[in-house]
Amino acid sequence: MSTHASHKKRSGLMDWLTTVDHKKIGILYLIAGGFFFIIGGIEAMLMRIQLIKPENDFVAAETFNQLLTMHGTTMIFFAAMPLIFAFMNAVVPLQIGARDVAFPFVNALGFWLFFFGGVLLNLSWLLGGAPDAGWTAYAPLSTTSGGPGVDFYVLGIQISGIGTLIGGINFLVTIINMRAPGMTFMRMPLFTWTAFVTSGLILFAFPPLTIGLFMLSFDRVFDANFFNPDNGGNILIWEHIFWIFGHPEVYILILPSFGAISEVVATFSRKRLFGYSAMVFATVLIGFLGFMVWVHHMFTVGLGPVANSIFAVATMAIAVPTGVKIFNWLFTMWGGKIVFSTAMLWAVGFIPTFVMGGVTGVMLAIPSADYQFHDSYFVVAHFHYVIVGGVILGLFAGLYYWYPRMFNRVLNETLGKIHFWTFFIGFHLTFFPQHFLGLMGMPRRVFTYLSGQDLDQLNFISSIGAFLMAIGTIVLLINIIISASKKYAPSSDPWNGRTLEWAIPYPTPEYNFAQTPLVRGLDAFWIEKAAGNKGMTPAEPVGDIHMPNPSILPLFMSIGLFSAALGLIYNTITVTIIGIIATFICMFLRSIIDDHGFHIHKEEVEDDLKGVKE
Amino acid sequence: MHADERLNDANFPKHPEKATLEGKNKFLGFWLFLGGETVLFATLFGTYLGLRHMNMDGPTTEELFKLPTVFLATMLLLTSSLTSVYAVLALKQNRVKSLQGWFFVTLLLGLCFLGLEVYEFNEYVHEGHTFTSSAFGSAFYTLVGFHGGHVAFGCLWIITLLVRNWNRGITLVNAPKYYLFALYWHFVDVVWVFIFTVVYLMGKVG
Repeated sequence: MSTHASHKKRSGLMDWLTTVDHKKIGILYLIAGGFFFIIGGIEAMLMRIQLIKPENDFVAAETFNQLLTMHGTTMIFFAAMPLIFAFMNAVVPLQIGARDVAFPFVNALGFWLFFFGGVLLNLSWLLGGAPDAGWTAYAPLSTTSGGPGVDFYVLGIQISGIGTLIGGINFLVTIINMRAPGMTFMRMPLFTWTAFVTSGLILFAFPPLTIGLFMLSFDRVFDANFFNPDNGGNILIWEHIFWIFGHPEVYILILPSFGAISEVVATFSRKRLFGYSAMVFATVLIGFLGFMVWVHHMFTVGLGPVANSIFAVATMAIAVPTGVKIFNWLFTMWGGKIVFSTAMLWAVGFIPTFVMGGVTGVMLAIPSADYQFHDSYFVVAHFHYVIVGGVILGLFAGLYYWYPRMFNRVLNETLGKIHFWTFFIGFHLTFFPQHFLGLMGMPRRVFTYLSGQDLDQLNFISSIGAFLMAIGTIVLLINIIISASKKYAPSSDPWNGRTLEWAIPYPTPEYNFAQTPLVRGLDAFWIEKAAGNKGMTPAEPVGDIHMPNPSILPLFMSIGLFSAALGLIYNTITVTIIGIIATFICMFLRSIIDDHGFHIHKEEVEDDLKGVKE
Repeated sequence: MHADERLNDANFPKHPEKATLEGKNKFLGFWLFLGGETVLFATLFGTYLGLRHMNMDGPTTEELFKLPTVFLATMLLLTSSLTSVYAVLALKQNRVKSLQGWFFVTLLLGLCFLGLEVYEFNEYVHEGHTFTSSAFGSAFYTLVGFHGGHVAFGCLWIITLLVRNWNRGITLVNAPKYYLFALYWHFVDVVWVFIFTVVYLMGKVG
């Protein structure tokens, strides 16, 4: 009867391929997302080299279009998204005092789907040309683009999108159902709150993208007519669907970054976060308004003054909750005992940078002005200030802050500061001049420009800045490699942290908490430390801990869909059918094989608590 | 007691589908999933509404749709929702034979609905209304086909559930699974009500 088989220990590669542990999945997301971040960065560097001087011929126009498309797609879907999921996986269950996520198997499946989607997209470079219709894939450019490039785009994002959607549902359920006793919603750390709202946005924003991508692939593969005006199709439908997904996507990316900044600012100011409930409210409000503004990407398509005005006002309204957040961070620092660690440097650098991106956002939200800014480098400057100056700076803050929790080692602070200053100065050098390039009339998405139009100097500065950012990133990689050779850090609470994730010993045990902690207020761990306690007060006696079994099925399900997509791209329907059948067989096996997990026995947990090693 | 032990009337909980944490998680997760599915179908409906008059030189909705067939399909699907309610009532009263019986009827009705849809699509293709003939055709077959795909998936799901649990009684592991299937089936049914209204009724009189 009992299927609680004893603990199967897997090791080496098999351990990583079959893991359902959220902490390991977080590391997988971090490595894969970091890898794609570097690929996207190399694509950006090639573009900046091409634009370093007028009438350059470093890359051909066609290649430039592919670089441009792949840079945007890779950075949004395969770098920023997985890096956010990396931190959500590594931190959220710990912050709410949970032993695990709600659906560990689904969590692993989400990772592998994302990973194989990214691999599929990048294979396009080797298999007949990358997509070249921009990351927005506007029809009819995308429907008529020759070669398999856009098919790779559609199917790569489709596969990884399924992974993101199930990941979002997983975190919603985890946060609603699995909080420790006493962890009420209004005691949740801000990062968990932002992860919660982001997951909600994923749930409602990704299905439109799914449908949009289906329509695009039906048009390309099966000769459907959704976006073919000759047969009654309408290209504006693509734009609406894409931005109904695409605008919330911006907030999906930025909110966890806000959350990381909130944790870092509070920890290194030695104060509780100023205006906690206002921060929560602002987070939820930004999430809600994120769905009301998609038409500001379409002011110039001719929807008329009424539509434009409504969406302009809704867009500007988002500045209000965002302003609330900015001021609360400033007030948190005000009067605090600020420690300028590397993580804090990133957080402090983030604040003015993101404000600049927000200000140009309000400028773009004015439809009449947008007619001038539209499709110019001003827009490029704006969204890089938001996405690099906001999302990426926040993620770097989170990386330095949570690295000890994820890898049981601290990153070198000196190298971290070199990374910060080169990247931060490089970033402003790259993108600040682009505002002026845009105002001077340089259009975006062009592979070259003429000399004698006053565009040379600023483009040169911009390219030099990009090199500085690349150097900063190399310093980070060196830092990570050095840290890997170091021993565990002496303390499991290196920053004197406030939240539950720092209450766990090094190395983080598989079951997170030997005893579920009792939460007695906001900044649960800080409260205990302030009361003179050594650790959290447990909410339960030591007992057997139930854990999920590892499984190879998520990997095979994803490989199945990956092969199915390759079959579709090359019109070999048999490969597609085999791939889909393989995925269904995996689903079938998952349904019929009882998998009740295993128990870590009480004695083992007690030994861990006493510090006895096997 | 292990979660996969057959429940008897003495230890039967009031809500077997969410008596364990796993059950609660599945219950909530599935409701959220249906929220996402709602947006998915809303996008398809929006597209259909935008393109439904773009039939080019092909047949119009008035010429195409045969209300008696569609009415019959609707009745089949609505009835199948009712039988799945009976199955869930049986689930909550620990009557396993009755549960299996009602789900089997649900499955049969779902398969009949699918058969009718295949017949209907076949008719339309012969009248010159194909997936590639116009934007209306693409939007119609995508929306209605997505729904049909959901019905087909539901049929595979309930077959797997019934076969796997045929001799197992109701346990705390399979109770949430039965329950979620019923939720899914109701959702698919509600979507059909909207298809019946927005596609067929509005196509006839709109």
